[in-house]
Amino acid sequence: MGNNLIEKYYRTERLPHIWCPGCGNGIVLRAIVKAIDNLGLNKDDICVVSGIGCSSRATGYLDFNTVHTTHGRALAFATGIKLANPNLHVIVITGDGDCAAIGGNHLIHAARRNIDITTVVFNNNIYGMTGGQYSPTTPTGDKGTTAPYGNIDPNFDLCELAKSAGATYVSRSTVYGANMITKQVEEGIKNKGFSFIEALTICPTYYGRKNKKGDAPEMINQLKEMTINVDAYYKLPQEKREGRIVIGELYRVQREEYIEKYNRLINSF
Amino acid sequence: MKALKSEKLNVEEELCKGCGICVTFCPKNVLKIEDGKVAIVDIDSCIQCGLCELRCPDYAIYLGGK
Amino acid sequence: MTENNKRLMQGNEACVEGAIAAGMRFFAGYPITPSTEIAEISAAKLPRIGGKFIQMEDEIASISAIIGASLTGVKAMTATSGPGFSLKQEGIGYAIMAEVPCVIVNVQRGGPSTGLPTSPAQGDIMQARWGTHGEHSIIALYPSTVKEIFDTTIRAFNLSEKYRTPVILLMDEVIAHMREAVDLPDISEIKIYNRKKPSVGPEEYKPYKVLKGNIVPEMANIGEGYRYHVTGLIHDESGAPTNDNRIAEELVLRLVNKIENNLDDIVYYEKYELDDAEEAIVAFGATARSAKSAIDTLRAKGRRIGMFRPITIWPSPKKQLTELAKKVKRIMVVEMNMGQYLLEVERIAGKYTEVLGYGRVNGELVTPKEIVRFVEEG
Repeated sequence: MGNNLIEKYYRTERLPHIWCPGCGNGIVLRAIVKAIDNLGLNKDDICVVSGIGCSSRATGYLDFNTVHTTHGRALAFATGIKLANPNLHVIVITGDGDCAAIGGNHLIHAARRNIDITTVVFNNNIYGMTGGQYSPTTPTGDKGTTAPYGNIDPNFDLCELAKSAGATYVSRSTVYGANMITKQVEEGIKNKGFSFIEALTICPTYYGRKNKKGDAPEMINQLKEMTINVDAYYKLPQEKREGRIVIGELYRVQREEYIEKYNRLINSF
Repeated sequence: MKALKSEKLNVEEELCKGCGICVTFCPKNVLKIEDGKVAIVDIDSCIQCGLCELRCPDYAIYLGGK
Repeated sequence: MTENNKRLMQGNEACVEGAIAAGMRFFAGYPITPSTEIAEISAAKLPRIGGKFIQMEDEIASISAIIGASLTGVKAMTATSGPGFSLKQEGIGYAIMAEVPCVIVNVQRGGPSTGLPTSPAQGDIMQARWGTHGEHSIIALYPSTVKEIFDTTIRAFNLSEKYRTPVILLMDEVIAHMREAVDLPDISEIKIYNRKKPSVGPEEYKPYKVLKGNIVPEMANIGEGYRYHVTGLIHDESGAPTNDNRIAEELVLRLVNKIENNLDDIVYYEKYELDDAEEAIVAFGATARSAKSAIDTLRAKGRRIGMFRPITIWPSPKKQLTELAKKVKRIMVVEMNMGQYLLEVERIAGKYTEVLGYGRVNGELVTPKEIVRFVEEG
């Protein structure tokens, strides 16, 4: 292979990856790797931790320190890794089910502590690995194999959740604008604290088919149409904001990072 | 515009899963799916915008490289 | 040993002291009776020696965090009780599969469910063995005195590092909360085992390959230049997930056999008055203390009785129990449950001698008097 970026950061012998044709996960993953490349970080200093699900398989393909953990627990493992070795840049790759359902509590508390971990959620609105069950981010009314008559659950706004819980950098982007994902991951890694990046991606195989969303290119175009940049959004009159998904940098605040606080305690003795 | 043509467009056929994303987003109709894989059908029209590489989920198409 | 090293200490405190002596520098936990003092004392002591304590949001997060910490090369422990131990099983399975050294303390209490939070029980013998899913082996140690909690915690860390496996420390509520005089050994006298680091460079390193002369794969710390993949999936020597049936069997058998083939190193036990014994009691933890007292009473009455006390409760002391079974007329297993360890003793010793069980589950200790009565009438 002659693709420099892929060659440099992937375990290329393990490609092609397991993701379905048209799955957006590969796009998000490349965007993350591009951010690491742009920042010029040393591969040995990066630890990527994932949970269980389609997106969490990402760690297997990356040539960093990689830990593929149990369902929902990536942030709990990552907390142990970061606290035990603060020199590592810890990046968590997770999915909407992994992070918002079974791992929801870990997300809230990692954000509350403001521990220096960058979390990237690959949100495809479905449980793909198990064959298309509705997730906490499946839009109300949409179908999954466990919502054959349409999902009656309200869906989660993960960025609002992360912000409320205490994350100090929160942003959203889509696989339509993969360069924005890269920019946001760079900002997330640079932020000394808990950073939360929601990357909206596509699952043509399950979510798309079940909800008649068309093929992968069509679904990527739908992401473009559904979303609006944060600056443009706030210029819209209230009545025109309804139903639009806001992308861009949504929140940023300064707050002391968890390990810095702990180190202050250690140094006080 | 010829000066821009410094980077070659490459395809890794064994990585391509034929999803057609690159074909759809190529602004110059350089690409086509043939027998389930991407094929370069009009390289002279390529403007090296890199959209195919950016949105290829399978790392099967890219500009430049070794 | 100096007089200064003698201290009155609670069992849970001895556990933390032992852990720190063994090199623990990371503790993640969640409050639960009757193990909470282990977290409290760790929270007070660890930052003073440059270690880290974190109270996580739940039991699963705690075991996940210690596994993460251990991957970076820091010795780590968590502590819980029965209901929390049920939740830890997910992480225990992961640590077995990914071969991550760590210590899990379970100060048992009455169950099932929330049960009897402040009463003693020995009801997690089988949960310790089979609580996590899938075929596996496990090391579980069971101390009987406060001093032994100190020593056994060190052993737990050493075995965990040596065999790259989670080690469970099963404790009884009464000993965890009991205060006894403990002679702390000089730190220089304590034997510490640290995981074997890679003997090859990153280019050659295969994270899950057992090199000749080793029991387990050499373990690189995250962040030291050996970039590799850790997963709970079946994986090959490079750490890559695989569905290959041959590799799956090889891996699972290796994980089981690294423990089962090293029983002489892993199995600790105490023999009490067994030399001339015609009958034997098998007991552990707090129950063994009552049994000792009962044996003294029975011996004073002329009965030739002794006790075998497993300190390593898993893997089973097969050889020792078989030898015992061939020697005595009967074995009586006394425990604070309805016969969990009895099942194991019957399995091993049942074909050679009569095996009887005495148990209780009301949250009270088995008394020496009861044991005497059971031996005389049972």
